[in-house]
Amino acid sequence: MKTKSRGKKKPAALDRDHALHLLQSMIRIRSLEDKCAELYSAMKIRGFLHLYDGEEAVAVGVLEALTPEDAIVATYREHGHALIRGVSAGCILAEMYGKQEGCSRGRGGSMHLFDDRRRFYGGNAIVGGGLPIAVGLALADKMQNHSRVTCCFFGDGAVAEGEFHESMNLASLWKLPVLFVCENNLYAMGTALRYSESVTELTRKAAGYDVTAEAVDGMDVLAVEAAAKNAAAAVRAGEGPCFLECRTYRFRAHSMFDPELYRAKAEVEEWKKRCPIETFAQKLKNEGLLAEGDREAIEREAAREISEAVAFAEACTWEPLEDLTRFVMSERRTA
Amino acid sequence: MSDRAGSMQKLTYRDAVRDALRDALRKDDRVFLMGEDVGRYGGCFAVSKGLLDEFGPERVRDTPLSESGFVGAGIGAALGGMRPVVEVMTVNFSLLALDQIVNNAATYLHMSGGLFNVPIVIRMATGGGRQLAAQHSRSLEGWYAHIPGIRVLSPATVEDARGMLWTALEDPDPVLIFENAGLYNMEGLIPEDAGPVDIDYARVRRSGRDVTVISYSASLIKSLEAAEILSKEGIEAEVIDLRTLRPLDEKTFLQSVARTHRALIVDEGWRSGSISAEISARIMEGAFYELDGPVERLCSAEVPMPYAKHLEDAALPQVDKIVDMVRKMVGTNG
Repeated sequence: MKTKSRGKKKPAALDRDHALHLLQSMIRIRSLEDKCAELYSAMKIRGFLHLYDGEEAVAVGVLEALTPEDAIVATYREHGHALIRGVSAGCILAEMYGKQEGCSRGRGGSMHLFDDRRRFYGGNAIVGGGLPIAVGLALADKMQNHSRVTCCFFGDGAVAEGEFHESMNLASLWKLPVLFVCENNLYAMGTALRYSESVTELTRKAAGYDVTAEAVDGMDVLAVEAAAKNAAAAVRAGEGPCFLECRTYRFRAHSMFDPELYRAKAEVEEWKKRCPIETFAQKLKNEGLLAEGDREAIEREAAREISEAVAFAEACTWEPLEDLTRFVMSERRTA
Repeated sequence: MSDRAGSMQKLTYRDAVRDALRDALRKDDRVFLMGEDVGRYGGCFAVSKGLLDEFGPERVRDTPLSESGFVGAGIGAALGGMRPVVEVMTVNFSLLALDQIVNNAATYLHMSGGLFNVPIVIRMATGGGRQLAAQHSRSLEGWYAHIPGIRVLSPATVEDARGMLWTALEDPDPVLIFENAGLYNMEGLIPEDAGPVDIDYARVRRSGRDVTVISYSASLIKSLEAAEILSKEGIEAEVIDLRTLRPLDEKTFLQSVARTHRALIVDEGWRSGSISAEISARIMEGAFYELDGPVERLCSAEVPMPYAKHLEDAALPQVDKIVDMVRKMVGTNG
């Protein structure tokens, strides 16, 4: 089995600035998500809303391994990925408000955040639907001799879809530069992996396609970052696709409509003890990297960012009804 | 046209599609062909025969039997700057790629508020009449025409088989091209230097004053044959080739109906919830007061296609049925 084929690089001694940057990134996501929940209750955000609380270390760690030239294909739980990629919190919230200044002009909402300048190819809300797209983006890069990586996020539910298996096979067969990142939060909506998969060890599925695979603690931002950097380097070097399983947990319900009948409160509480933000902050404190007031300053800054984003979204405008049928077909006919 | 007679060439519909593919692969480095058996096998219908030798396995790319995977990869490649031509062997197998076609190709531009267009061309064979039974004889192009965000083309002539592909490749949005497998052997005369044709307008393939027959693809060929027979009886049918099923060029058939005051739609698709129903509705909306009688339809019988030849023949629109129906419509049948 081709798991962890390369010697793992030991993470270098943790640099204080970098550590604070990672902590800040995770806190920014958490602040955004908590505000989204509040705005949903206030009926400012409607539709489906899937929050990322608990999984922040995955997006933050993996995105550290990407360059601005790389591409990202994400899922419907993608607010954090968009934010860390550089889409402003204001544009993200405006999108969820349905305003025309939103990153998808209010046409997509929470599940369909897009940004062409940042090569952020969406929020795909069909489980598994983004994987073939990522394969194609990587194919285009390979055919055009770009040395770029396409990073594709998906959940554990996606591994049951045919598109997962078709994509693994194609990417491996054609040695395409795709970094597949499985955010395994243990539940496909409300169905635990053990009730839906004959083989619950997901790296074995990737290995079946001769794709280098590794599983990592998705609650540990440093572990995710190190593994993602290793994998991205191999992908970038032309070694073909890699599969990274990040074992994580979502603290909130699947969506705002989920009464959470399928898991025990005690289980959630147990996982919350492993909160990626709290455990990382504690580690930094223990190692003397988090000074008095650092955490508070980060929290304050995140709160300011999000409150400005809310004000921005509130002030944004509704697209005129006359524009309803725009963006069905391109307005210019030449490709 | 007489001055160009010397420069005409006779070729089959299959040759025309192949010429169009070769031309596109030569003209634009971003173009590549991808699909099941398009390379080493030469294409299930021998359309891409020889292209692998000329362009190599990178640009004439055999895929595994993973319709969703390789259609999605085509969409991704289009987003990544390429101009893929994805061949799905037949429309029947495209059902395995519906998620990618309907949920991704057709929606990316809109979901992203205009940021991401998908310049992909997806070709597939369609149609019945070859005793291939229920799972290999579908005509679902009208069904695809229900979906906003894609263009749906159905070339019926050698000229369109040769000319629609390049125009489709130049289009910034997803284009589906349906090639009726029964037409691949059909021969036609086109100019040696035949090139791109528009993909926006229907064509009047035969002029007539008595009735408008609206059709496309293989049914168009049958409609033209029927018109020939009817002409000998003094009934002049105007035959319209829709060419593009989405967006529909309704102006061409509404104007024709305004001249003939009668309309018959001939469609290999089923009747219920179909493109023929859509055309009929458009005529009601746009030319109701021009009509001398109800709009009529000749579609496939509402059965999964049977294997036995006599049953399959009975299930499909046929020349004699078109002739009978038109006779009834113009009131000259006994």
